[in-house]
Amino acid sequence: MPKIKGKIVRISGPVIEADNMHGSKMYDVVRVGTENLIGEIIRLNKDVATIQVYEDTNGLKPGEPVLSTQEPLSVELGPGLIANIYDGIQRPLPTIRKETGDFIARGVESDALDRKKKWHFKPIAKKGATVIGGDILGEVQETSHIIHRIMVPPQHQGTIESIVKEGDYTIDTEIVVLNHNDKTHALTMIQRWPVRKPRPVKNKNDPSQPLITGQRVVDTFFPVAKGGTAAIPGGFGTGKTVMLHQLAKWSDAQIVIYVGCGERGNEMTDVLQEFPKLEDPATGEPLINRTVLIANTSNMPVAARDASVYTGITIAEYYRDMGYDVALMADSTSRWAEAMREISGRLEEMPGEEGYPAYLASRLAEFYERAGRVNTIGSQKREGSVSVMGAVSPPGGDFSEPVAQNTLRIVKVFWALDADLADRRHFPSINWLKSYSLYLSEVSKWWGDTIGKDWLKLRNNAMALLQKESELQEIVKLVGPDALPARERALLESAKMIRENYLQQSAFHEIDTYCPEKKQYEMLRLMLKFSQLIEDAVSKQVHIDDLIIMKTYEGLARMGKVPNEDYPKHFKQLEHDLEKEIQALIKERVK
Amino acid sequence: MSNKDIEYTTVIGVEGPLMIVDGIKDVAYNEVVKIRLADGEERTGQVLEAFEHKAIIQVFEGTRGLDTKLTSARFIGETMKLGVSKDMVGRIFDGTGNPLDDAPPIIPEERRDINGEPINPCAREYPREFIQTGISTIDGLNTLVRGQKLPIFSGAGLPHNELAAQIARQAKVLGKQEAFAVVFCAMGITNEEANLFIKDFENTGALERTVMFLNLADDPTIERIILPRMALTCAEYLAFDLNMQVLVILTDMTNYAEALREIAAAREEVPGRRGYPGYMYTDLASLYERAGRIKDKKGSITQIPMLTMPDDDITHPIPDLTGYITEGQIVLERGLNKKNIYPPIAVLPCLSRLMDRGIGEGRTRGDHAGVSNQLYAAYAEGNDLRDLVAIVGEDALSERDRKFLEFADAFEQRFVTQDNHEDRSIIQTLTIAWELLSILPPAELKKIDENYIRMYHPKLNSET
Repeated sequence: MPKIKGKIVRISGPVIEADNMHGSKMYDVVRVGTENLIGEIIRLNKDVATIQVYEDTNGLKPGEPVLSTQEPLSVELGPGLIANIYDGIQRPLPTIRKETGDFIARGVESDALDRKKKWHFKPIAKKGATVIGGDILGEVQETSHIIHRIMVPPQHQGTIESIVKEGDYTIDTEIVVLNHNDKTHALTMIQRWPVRKPRPVKNKNDPSQPLITGQRVVDTFFPVAKGGTAAIPGGFGTGKTVMLHQLAKWSDAQIVIYVGCGERGNEMTDVLQEFPKLEDPATGEPLINRTVLIANTSNMPVAARDASVYTGITIAEYYRDMGYDVALMADSTSRWAEAMREISGRLEEMPGEEGYPAYLASRLAEFYERAGRVNTIGSQKREGSVSVMGAVSPPGGDFSEPVAQNTLRIVKVFWALDADLADRRHFPSINWLKSYSLYLSEVSKWWGDTIGKDWLKLRNNAMALLQKESELQEIVKLVGPDALPARERALLESAKMIRENYLQQSAFHEIDTYCPEKKQYEMLRLMLKFSQLIEDAVSKQVHIDDLIIMKTYEGLARMGKVPNEDYPKHFKQLEHDLEKEIQALIKERVK
Repeated sequence: MSNKDIEYTTVIGVEGPLMIVDGIKDVAYNEVVKIRLADGEERTGQVLEAFEHKAIIQVFEGTRGLDTKLTSARFIGETMKLGVSKDMVGRIFDGTGNPLDDAPPIIPEERRDINGEPINPCAREYPREFIQTGISTIDGLNTLVRGQKLPIFSGAGLPHNELAAQIARQAKVLGKQEAFAVVFCAMGITNEEANLFIKDFENTGALERTVMFLNLADDPTIERIILPRMALTCAEYLAFDLNMQVLVILTDMTNYAEALREIAAAREEVPGRRGYPGYMYTDLASLYERAGRIKDKKGSITQIPMLTMPDDDITHPIPDLTGYITEGQIVLERGLNKKNIYPPIAVLPCLSRLMDRGIGEGRTRGDHAGVSNQLYAAYAEGNDLRDLVAIVGEDALSERDRKFLEFADAFEQRFVTQDNHEDRSIIQTLTIAWELLSILPPAELKKIDENYIRMYHPKLNSET
């Protein structure tokens, strides 16, 4: 291939123009200037290429060289991804720190995956077998619980001419030689894949299993399915990040990809320091052993923010192809949209709404469409999923802005965070009246079969109670609670119980932070029983004030904090005491 | 001949804060430009956009008096740098880094690019050291920790400067004696306001450990773009090279954002919300994210940016984007100020994101988290009841609700209110909190662990 070498003619922030770039393709990666900064071609006009640079352009001069790599922006996929932390263009941050110190310098080059580390490879495919893209060649134990399946890259196929014996190999060792139409091709444990192109699948299935998150308001009220998409919009301070951290910690996905896109540095540090210490409830292993982190903090170059989202989803798809359930959290998609806006502005494109480019909606849609439950490619039948949860940071907390609106048109679950709830420290501050989940009917079968037959009924009853409460609150605002009939006051108390002790859940309490699905069910059942019993009691003239000072009332309120091992016994006792206490009150009244 | 020695007289245009020079070569993006006016006056500028033979330059001291005939420009071959030295402590500098006091210029130990470089997230240490500010609403409810960036959202005419001065005066980490410095960066504030700080620092002897960067209201606007970057470059040197604990006060970020908008408008950029540039989030982040701690280094940078919310509107782009980057916010409220409550901190919209890890047993006290949550919840409830009382009257309330109402009033009077020179220890703050919580029925204290209720509740405690 002839070399394409041009020179810089204009620099404006992260966007530069270079001429003499004839022969370049859109989205090819280029190296810019004497410092070899990494950039990507985003517009071509005759021989002038417009390039977004993924690094700081300070001090760059017109006239400096621009060299095209003639390859699109790609990621390296192979053993060693897990527990690593990368920047937006998949440079490993720990390695960068070793090379350039505590601050990120420019022009650093580093392999995404460690070339020196040896992995124990167990061959599975046999010599002479015919394989196609997606077929498993062998396995590597990547972390204590994750088996990394080494697959034939999607674009390859052929007959296995040779395969190495079980043993320790570096990832760039040739492990398999394929013969296809008499041409041989050697494969290593590394695949490369262009980030902007979705990895192929056989077909997409409908999501049917819930992604259990251990968060009551999510699992019970607004569930997300494995392979589903969800958005968490909320103004600042409403708890988006804590919520995403909670999902990353406790979701029952096998692999978690956490993309910090244009957010705070300390938040990534938090994940880095916490995840090795926390245990995955499913395996008991440190959470970091199933997590890949992508960090492009707000002060890191803006163009790489755009790349970080694609890097993350490509890695997610790769693990999906092995047959895993993968969950990807992106915090925050608004920062990604703003990066698009900034670059679009520098390109002097005609702006759409609020200065965002007209292609905002299609980019968002393309991204979320990469989620899904799929049959993977390859000759064996294998199912995997990518669930995507994206935070949205609407300016002023106003959901009518373009990023929130365009996201809501695509995603199936909407967790609306509410500043009012956050102000009164109701966390997670998911507004139960505004939020919705379109997976409810899909996942309710699972809940009914696995946890409790009446799950959907309980859930709907609780929801109706909350709905009714909000209507009554309007009246209370006018006349005060004392003016309401006893039955309505009982209803208010029941709703309050659910609101304060079921919907609210402390992310920082060591037990309450994760609520297993069976415990969620039992808690809800007991609270609804409480509701029924007090309604019955007030109809028998028991005063509501006597009911809310019951001893068991407090016990119900503290159910979330009962250790997950002994809750069944404890709840049983509580139920018994509750019935007895109310019976006693009724009896006293009748006397 | 290197570019450094060439005086280009090819200025072809001047527009707002921008100047366009033609017929040049080899000019770098963000390079510093020395501009000489017809009368010999020298000004400084920076390349905003570089072409092969043309550059667009922003002029820091303003473009008044510039012409297209006699004005000349010299490109100095490097980006904006600040000479740093330990001797900067105790000194005052202007918007271009020259000393404003009468003492001689400092001899720099090193010259650093004022834009800095992003801290590698892997190199960061999570901030968790409690800073006692002596202010109950901050220590008790929105705890500040070392390495945090916690802004004060204020409004015109509210006592945010007094509050900031009080924090600078009282802030300390318990049980530690360490090298401590304040970097004070004033952008577009009035002489009077600047004097308040200078006097306060003088009175308490803090001036000796303060570095001041001043750009007052009558100084050139565009300098405000580089001033905080210089202040933070200095702070980084003090913190991460000299191991000092540095508190950076940036005031007023609203003036900074206005300067940013002015340049964007002059460049005819596509505006984002309310005319502010679309990259304002990124730009603000490049300042705020320079706070923090680094692994294996003793020093830290804690930032307290202050901003006045235009028309007290918290959804205005300046507070809004700031809130998205900083780790919480302290919000001042006009209503409280009118009620003569100092500091007029509106507790409900305040937040400190790093609080949870900075408090508790061994840091402040075990009951701190629960007490804080309970105070929030109870005050929110009491506050709601005030609206109800306005409609139905207090008599219509239940006994329980009346307690909450009483609590909300007492909370504002005794917990929020304190003297400008009152330095409360965290234990004093928690003691007041428990006294207030004892107004409520003990069964209502659901957010506090039962053990702590038994241990600290003044009424239950005295019974046993």
